[in-house]
Amino acid sequence: MDFELMINSIPKLLNAAIVTLKLLSVSLIVGLFIGLLFAILRLNKNIFINKFAYGYSYVFRGTPLLVQIFIIYFGLGQIESLRSSFLWVILKEPYWCAIIAFALNTGAYTSEILRSAFQTIKPGIIEAGQSLGISNKIIFYKIQIPIAIRQSLPAYGNEIILMMKGTSLASTVTLMDLTGVAKYIISTTFKPIEVFIVAGGIYLFMTFIIHNVIKFLEKKYSFN
Amino acid sequence: MEFLAFGDTGWGDELFRATLMTIAVSITAMLIGFSFAAIFTPLKLSKFKSLNLIANIYTTVIRGVPELLVIYLFFFGGSGAVMFVASIFGYNEYIEINAFVTGSFAIGIISGAYSTEVFRGAIQSIDKGQFEAAKVLGFSKFKQFYKIILPQMLRLAIPNLSNVWQITLKDTSLISVTGLVEIMRQSYIAAGSTRDPLFFYSFAAVLYLLLTFLSMKLINKLEVKYSRGY
Repeated sequence: MDFELMINSIPKLLNAAIVTLKLLSVSLIVGLFIGLLFAILRLNKNIFINKFAYGYSYVFRGTPLLVQIFIIYFGLGQIESLRSSFLWVILKEPYWCAIIAFALNTGAYTSEILRSAFQTIKPGIIEAGQSLGISNKIIFYKIQIPIAIRQSLPAYGNEIILMMKGTSLASTVTLMDLTGVAKYIISTTFKPIEVFIVAGGIYLFMTFIIHNVIKFLEKKYSFN
Repeated sequence: MEFLAFGDTGWGDELFRATLMTIAVSITAMLIGFSFAAIFTPLKLSKFKSLNLIANIYTTVIRGVPELLVIYLFFFGGSGAVMFVASIFGYNEYIEINAFVTGSFAIGIISGAYSTEVFRGAIQSIDKGQFEAAKVLGFSKFKQFYKIILPQMLRLAIPNLSNVWQITLKDTSLISVTGLVEIMRQSYIAAGSTRDPLFFYSFAAVLYLLLTFLSMKLINKLEVKYSRGY
């Protein structure tokens, strides 16, 4: 065991963990909006809209995240019209490509979580709202969405942790996140176990924090 | 379409072989995972706190750390660890482990952590009376498990195991970083030499979708088979 290397690599890895957290938080925020949008589309009665939303979540959940990042980072640059458009400012940056891929990926999972949450809301609650003369729009925003969010908290907590692990793939498109830096230190020192313990420890610590925050929120917003 | 031609002119046969490699790695990893689960599930359900702790450390660490990091650990540390073990037995030559073994083990350990949780949940949700009845009938410990608990456990576990299979199948794409020529790696090579990454990565996505779709069909059949009588 090379304890000196372990201690020396802590600050470098902690700095890299900030990159990981940045990637995670931005993609989660964007992904939440995408997820909510597609969950609503899934509940739409129009069969085309419905199938489109289903197709989106099926494709993004059925393929590895690595393929999605590579298509966006390496693939999209090939389209000439895209290269000359204003979008290229964003798409040439690996950072934004990774975030787009992560957001679309977590959006697909989030849409499934929210959809099943919407579907488990008891019709009686909506009927109670209607009989009180509340408009459908307000029922949706003030009754259905808060209940759905509470219902989906445990599953969403798992999704956050899965996404945190997913951000490690950013290292495959040259970003120096926690895994990227860990790999760099491993390949220069050939001490995989020491670096794994430190980097893995940081990841576990973040998992621990996320897990407990979700648990706290679950308790705070529990029905009883 | 000429990209996908078989033979020397296209990448069809290479991609076909790569798909078979992905399937082979996934199945091997899943089986390695089952053997890990066979060790750690009993530990999880054991009465002894220290055994519980060992199993909990395994599942928590593996499920809380990115798959890629585990793969790097095996990729860079695998041959070192094997050489260390070999040196105990007096063998000091350099040993190189091939990418298939490293990859299957790395993914297998990850898959095993998920399988362990699935089996634990399945066994815990079997009615207590079943265990007692098996005991009362005077079955041996092995027979109790093999004839009574296992069939019921499988029925409960299959839906969740199909999720584990999906995770495992998708995780194999990460082994491409070690150079094993599976779908992702082959697409990377083809994309590099034809300068058409969009086509090849999209095609890789289609292959993965096909694999998940077909395996889901198969698993659904298994599910029907094991829920006979319910």
